[in-house]
Amino acid sequence: MARQEKKKDVVIVGLGWTGSIIGMELAQEGLEIVALERGPEQNTVPTFKYPQMIDELKYGVRFGLMQKPRNSTLTIRRTQAETALPYRSLGSFLPGDGVGGAGTHWNGQNWRPQLPEYKLRSYVEERWGAGIIPENMTLMDYPFSYDEMEPFFDRFERVAGISGKAGNINGDIIEGGNPFEAPRSRDYPMPPMPHTWDGEKFLNTTKAMGYHPFPSPGGIASTSYVNEYGMQMGPCNHCGFCERYGCYQYSKSSPQTSILDALRRMPNFSYRTGAEALRVEMAADGKTATGVTYFDEAAQEEVFQPADLVILAAYSLHNAHLMLVSGIGQPYDAVTGEGVTGKNYAYQITGGYSLHFKDESFNPFVGSGANGITLDDFSISQIDFEREGFIGGAYWRAGQTNGQPIRSMSLPAGTPSWGAGWKEAVGEWYGHAMGISAHGSHMAYKTNYLDLDPTYKDRHGRPLMRMTFNWQPNELRMNAFMERKIGEVVEQMAPDLSNPSFKKDGAQYDVRPYQTTHNVGGTIMGENATEGPLNRYSQAWTQHNVFVMGAGNFVQNTQYNPTGLVGGLAYWTAHAIRTQYLSNPRPLV
Amino acid sequence: MTDLPGLPSRRSFLKATAAGAALSGLAVSAKAQSTPPPVPLHEYEPEYFQPEEWQFILAAVSRLIPSEGEGPGAIDARVPVFIDRQMLDTYGTASDWYMEGPHDPAADPLLGWQSPLTPAEIYRQAIPVFNAWCKDTYDAEFADLGDDDQDAALTSLQKGEVGLRAELRDFFTILLSNTKEGYFADPMYGGNHGMQAWLYIGFPGARANYKEWVERYNVEYPLGPVSIKGERA
Repeated sequence: MARQEKKKDVVIVGLGWTGSIIGMELAQEGLEIVALERGPEQNTVPTFKYPQMIDELKYGVRFGLMQKPRNSTLTIRRTQAETALPYRSLGSFLPGDGVGGAGTHWNGQNWRPQLPEYKLRSYVEERWGAGIIPENMTLMDYPFSYDEMEPFFDRFERVAGISGKAGNINGDIIEGGNPFEAPRSRDYPMPPMPHTWDGEKFLNTTKAMGYHPFPSPGGIASTSYVNEYGMQMGPCNHCGFCERYGCYQYSKSSPQTSILDALRRMPNFSYRTGAEALRVEMAADGKTATGVTYFDEAAQEEVFQPADLVILAAYSLHNAHLMLVSGIGQPYDAVTGEGVTGKNYAYQITGGYSLHFKDESFNPFVGSGANGITLDDFSISQIDFEREGFIGGAYWRAGQTNGQPIRSMSLPAGTPSWGAGWKEAVGEWYGHAMGISAHGSHMAYKTNYLDLDPTYKDRHGRPLMRMTFNWQPNELRMNAFMERKIGEVVEQMAPDLSNPSFKKDGAQYDVRPYQTTHNVGGTIMGENATEGPLNRYSQAWTQHNVFVMGAGNFVQNTQYNPTGLVGGLAYWTAHAIRTQYLSNPRPLV
Repeated sequence: MTDLPGLPSRRSFLKATAAGAALSGLAVSAKAQSTPPPVPLHEYEPEYFQPEEWQFILAAVSRLIPSEGEGPGAIDARVPVFIDRQMLDTYGTASDWYMEGPHDPAADPLLGWQSPLTPAEIYRQAIPVFNAWCKDTYDAEFADLGDDDQDAALTSLQKGEVGLRAELRDFFTILLSNTKEGYFADPMYGGNHGMQAWLYIGFPGARANYKEWVERYNVEYPLGPVSIKGERA
């Protein structure tokens, strides 16, 4: 029999970006709130402090801040014909662990999706007709408009502390910013960061080619900053330890830097670490949730936390798993196409060139997670999908994020992987290479989805979630297009050596190399209960007192890193709860 | 002496700023307080590896990153010490990984680690298999072969041609990864002795403070590395 805790108004599962945001917003309503975080406590000091954090082996290679697969993982297969096998050690994606979640170890790249991305199915049908949509693709519109979301993007950018240069303020195109961005109501809260030599070379070359490069926006402070919660950031010193690390000097946007110390001061908010949510409990009629049962790591026992309102704010994949094991929404069935929970899992497709200049010094260790120059001339709003033969787009970027030598050792193609030739090459080429990458959209497909695995169990005896995912021709065609187009820039830049690294036709998903931690979909929003398990306010159609946060809610992936939309959606949902739900708890749609 | 990329050479010191020069002056005085040298590699007593395994590790890493030519070899960097220590740590014991069965070690490699064995167990079980293959092929165990035969044997191992069963097939991959990790990781893990590998390529280690260097375009950073424990080189 589970121990029972005193009832709260709100229980939040997970204390990363979205748990912190919703916690703060609802704490301001005076509600009694408890957040359950499965991982450990983490603060800038002592968890991220200098110099212990500057340890590539511990954090970059051995994933010190990431979830341990021993405690939590899933199984993966590429097709329904394959037997899914556990993701036993981390590779392709890296869910975070502990207070702050993935918000502690991201690179800080922060975006708003482009205008066509909110209503992508309608956009495609109106311009080219539904005939260009591949049969397997489950292309959808988001159940909200950009205009509705704009104030919440703005709010997140101000809380998180984003540096950047606007390219479109209320329809006025601003020189030097991104002319293809969705119109914003005002500029970023901080000016853009300075960029390194690789970005400068890319800027000069692409400008001369008639493109529209601009400084990459990001949650990396370019100056000192104080947000609405009184949280302070200090300017980044470009230490080159962002992704996979916590920021030691309060410069990277994170729950720690932007929210948590203010939230801890709210007397009606508390949180428990080492508290892993196992399932959402339901009322007898199944129409509402009664709270969350979690595993108390310290006491080694199950605990029931009753609450009137349940917020799932864990990582996207864990929200999906909790919904599947708790019976929130009908599980998606890939054979019939019916069911909603687990549907439309999507990812991100990336590729890039390395360029080697033997007589130039890049000092690659000087960097930040959002350093550099981006261009959107081949973004989703700029591509003729019918002519190019794919639906999607990508942003291009040059900007070194780190020069950590175990992982970030760019060597020319054909270099031996060991021996005298390898040693000579690391001496010759480290510090003399740069990269240009393409970061592309990823559509959703009938055959890419999440469900429960029939064989493997977690340490609590719950079935692991099973991911069925493979690359599709649409994304691979887009990647090939980007390879050709970036190749033209590379030619202009005239490096001594260069080599492309893009997925080839027929590429199968490989879980081993790191790709992105942009796992989206599975808990998608929909216009109605047959499209997705959540409505436009991220409220479960089946249990109105359950709200779900995060990138699992994306109907398909945008071309950008997901955090900007995750943050905007969190404030949008918080606003709906505050202004519509609390006074009259009910289905909001 | 050639002007090695990234090495704080005469050329780059001439370019260094006054601030940089002041910092390197500080480095010299701090260096004098650095810790006493560790036990010589040939006297090191492995914590995990048995004598035959240790002979293999010493021989293999000295071919994976040889000492001849510019820059330290894996032996100079004390990479074997690093690998030995990793075996008893969370990595070698796979204690962070999901290791529940059933296992399908012969699965498509793209599905990742599927061996029921930990990295430390793979070293333990694969080394004798590889040594036996060397004996069959070259009439001697790996450590007793000449450089050329060792290189050829490692190439066969890398290509999966030495008869390792599926549970052991990642042996070369982890051996090579662990060797490079030991070469470039912070010296507190036992390898990268004296930060020689960082000096060789021009990585400043744990300095992690470059605000004024962002817009110094195409100018080589002049300062040598520091370690997490504060050693300088």
